[in-house]
Amino acid sequence: MIESPSITPPQAAVPRGATLRSGLQANPLLAVGGALVLLIVLVAIFAPLLAPWAGDAGTATHPFDVLHAPSASHLFGTDQVGRDILSRVLFGARVSPLIAAVVLVIACAVGVPLGVVAGFAGGWVDEAIMRVTDVFLAFPPLLLALALAAVLPASLTSVTIAIAATWWPWYTRLIRGQAASVAGRPYVEACRALGISRLRIIFRHILPNSVTPLLVQVSLDVGGVILTASALSFLGLGAQDPVPDWGLMIAEGQSYFTPDWWLVTFPGLAILLTAFAFNLLGDGLRDLLDPKRSFLR
Amino acid sequence: MLVFVARRIVLAIGVVVGVIIVTFAVAHLVPGDPAATWAGPHASASQVAQARKFLGLDRPVAIQLVSYLGGIAAGNWGVSIHTHRHVLSDILTVAPASLELVITALLIAVAVGIPLGLTSARRPGRPADQFIRAGSILGVSMPIFWMALILQLIFSQRLRLLPAAGEYSPGLLFTHPLIRRTGFPIIDALVAGNWPMVGSTLSHLILPAIVVAAYPAGLIARMVRAQVLDTIGDTHILNARALGFGERQIFGRFAMKLAWNPVAAAVALVFGYSLVNTFLVESIFDWPGLGSYAAASIATLDTPAILGITLFVAVAYVVANLVVDIVQAVIDPRIRLR
Amino acid sequence: MTGRLAISDLEISFGSRRVVAITDLLLDHGEIVGLAGESGSGKSMTTLAVLGLAHTVGATVSGSIKLDGQELTGLAPEALREIRGRRIAAIFQSPSTAFSPVYRVGSVLTKAVRLHGATKSEAADRAAEAMRQVLLSPDLMRRYPSQLSGGQLQRVAIAVAVALRAEILLADEPTSALDVTVQAEVLDLLRELRDSSGMSILFISHDLAVVAELCDRVAVMRQGLIVEQGPASQVLSAPADPYTAELLESVPKLASTQ
Repeated sequence: MIESPSITPPQAAVPRGATLRSGLQANPLLAVGGALVLLIVLVAIFAPLLAPWAGDAGTATHPFDVLHAPSASHLFGTDQVGRDILSRVLFGARVSPLIAAVVLVIACAVGVPLGVVAGFAGGWVDEAIMRVTDVFLAFPPLLLALALAAVLPASLTSVTIAIAATWWPWYTRLIRGQAASVAGRPYVEACRALGISRLRIIFRHILPNSVTPLLVQVSLDVGGVILTASALSFLGLGAQDPVPDWGLMIAEGQSYFTPDWWLVTFPGLAILLTAFAFNLLGDGLRDLLDPKRSFLR
Repeated sequence: MLVFVARRIVLAIGVVVGVIIVTFAVAHLVPGDPAATWAGPHASASQVAQARKFLGLDRPVAIQLVSYLGGIAAGNWGVSIHTHRHVLSDILTVAPASLELVITALLIAVAVGIPLGLTSARRPGRPADQFIRAGSILGVSMPIFWMALILQLIFSQRLRLLPAAGEYSPGLLFTHPLIRRTGFPIIDALVAGNWPMVGSTLSHLILPAIVVAAYPAGLIARMVRAQVLDTIGDTHILNARALGFGERQIFGRFAMKLAWNPVAAAVALVFGYSLVNTFLVESIFDWPGLGSYAAASIATLDTPAILGITLFVAVAYVVANLVVDIVQAVIDPRIRLR
Repeated sequence: MTGRLAISDLEISFGSRRVVAITDLLLDHGEIVGLAGESGSGKSMTTLAVLGLAHTVGATVSGSIKLDGQELTGLAPEALREIRGRRIAAIFQSPSTAFSPVYRVGSVLTKAVRLHGATKSEAADRAAEAMRQVLLSPDLMRRYPSQLSGGQLQRVAIAVAVALRAEILLADEPTSALDVTVQAEVLDLLRELRDSSGMSILFISHDLAVVAELCDRVAVMRQGLIVEQGPASQVLSAPADPYTAELLESVPKLASTQ
């Protein structure tokens, strides 16, 4: 008649293997974020089909259509050389999200092995690697990337290198913590005692344990990288005309901003929407997969 | 406690040395030969060699690094190509304006972020919580240079409610001259009792400060929510409830007291972020601080100035983290008594 | 400083899942009643319900809880807050987590007294007096929880109830986290408190040996139901319910050594 009582309310007891559906119900923000990210990816893929004036993403100029306000034929208006802003905004989905993907791949490729080595080797190797990451993390995120991008020639490649070169230490620190905690567990000690090779231990035990926190962190970082890349482009350190980069479009539109507000407004909305979508997704994934992780990395 | 503080200071000094080394490395990444740049486009090979010797570039890299470190310590941060003045004195001239902006923004962020975070944690999952969470994520997703332009368009160009640019109305200088003492216009005006100037500086400060506050406010709201939700199930909270404390005090005092610590850490973090964010915002609002100086240096490829600002902001960030470490030890006996 | 708590037809549930159903439980003036049972039998939920805090863990409560004839269930939150702490105090199992790690213990003590209407100096006096009454130096009020032992912290927790002049004390496994010697001291203290001030104590424990030593009457709880209650000597020497007998058999024979 009476079931076993408990202080813990049943609704708080989300099982570890919570299904995707129940996760989405509990966290509508995750669902919204996921849907928006999907939309952005689709726009990036199908930009040539969606853009009403696909050529305007490139070198095209239309001297007679300069600075037209939004209308039926140009929903977002036209820019200072007459290009359709809607088309450029749609093609922009191929620029900074791609930079973010490349940056995060490079940062993981550098940061993860270093973290594994530091956490697994311990001793002076660990000390040396972690002191170097400490120094990199002593710069506020955007700052070092900005200094690097400023001394390198202005291009998308420079921006990608500059951000990746300053982003890897976050992953080294994250993975090192995971690796060190796993390396100390009895079953890993047992593996060592049994003479199982280090590489095998790393691939069988340490990396699988780090996948979830890494995935959560990467998804949380996409928005940050997009904002950083846009900021560098806005400062003129990244993409150069005619690349349809959102940050660059804002920088170029700035001089025509009053009264031609549409030059700045729509690319900015695109950055905001993209960063928002990825942050919603990352935040929701953290809640779902890794609720103990803090906001301060 | 003293040992704790001393340890932190030693660690911070180590990090600052590392930061200077990284800046030095970045300086050496500059493509092209600085000696050739210095000697000019029509210099002969011997003139370039002379310049190399003059700039000390003929010495081994390690020696160059040591002399660079020594120079930084002695306050010799190089000469700006653009202003032809010492970089450090340029920076110290413009820094107060940025500090005024960033500190105001952080005060706004704390004043907005903490109540929002607490409200959100009161009823997790309810509409108010979802709304605040979405809002705070929107805050951390904001391209602030765009937000600056949009707010400027709406509030100064269209509604004409707030001034678009500058630190104060220059016209006021004729009737109510500002005597520079601290370099912080608001403080100088307050000290002198120059009320029209105080009003003018405040109205000029609002828009840029709100823009810089967007990210910190979002981050702090999320921090507070997470921390309070983490604490609210603890026995001491149950105990406080059992003693008859009301929900306001339970959240605002007992749970929040434990959240101050991560909030302090977040404030140090966003202090660094915000100093860098001034690079994106100040030139839009014509705010005469580090950001405008940085943007101008970037536009003119003024490498010594760019590296000087990088170093200055990084050191300021290290110091902010050091201060917060110590403040946390004061707030939280668990750190102090360890 | 004495009160009478009468519980009848109390039901606590999470949604449609009922976890506690108590037909009848009485704590009379100056009495120590033991509520015994294994962990998870609903003892702690009962404490929360009496404090009017069951909703904070998502549970709903129906039935009657009367304090000196006044019905507590369905009372407005503000009215309940005045009763909580002031008239019904509670101490919990793990004293090390019962105090916020970032407040001096004395600060919680005096804050609680002031909350229930004392002036600042009055609160300080009453707090110091209560500390002495639980045989602690008032100087310890300046310490943080991490600087006190478990036994000292549990005494401070009792001092809070003393300082508030609570009529009823709900003691939820107050000695389970303590060493045996410290345990005995805390039990002595509770007994003395009842004797000197007439405080009524609902003593909740899984440990029948302790219950036997301290309590006047005992109620045995199992899966949310009270399976047996009566005078301590009777229930523990001649249990009527097989479950009580089972519980008794699991207790090491302390009585014979005393």
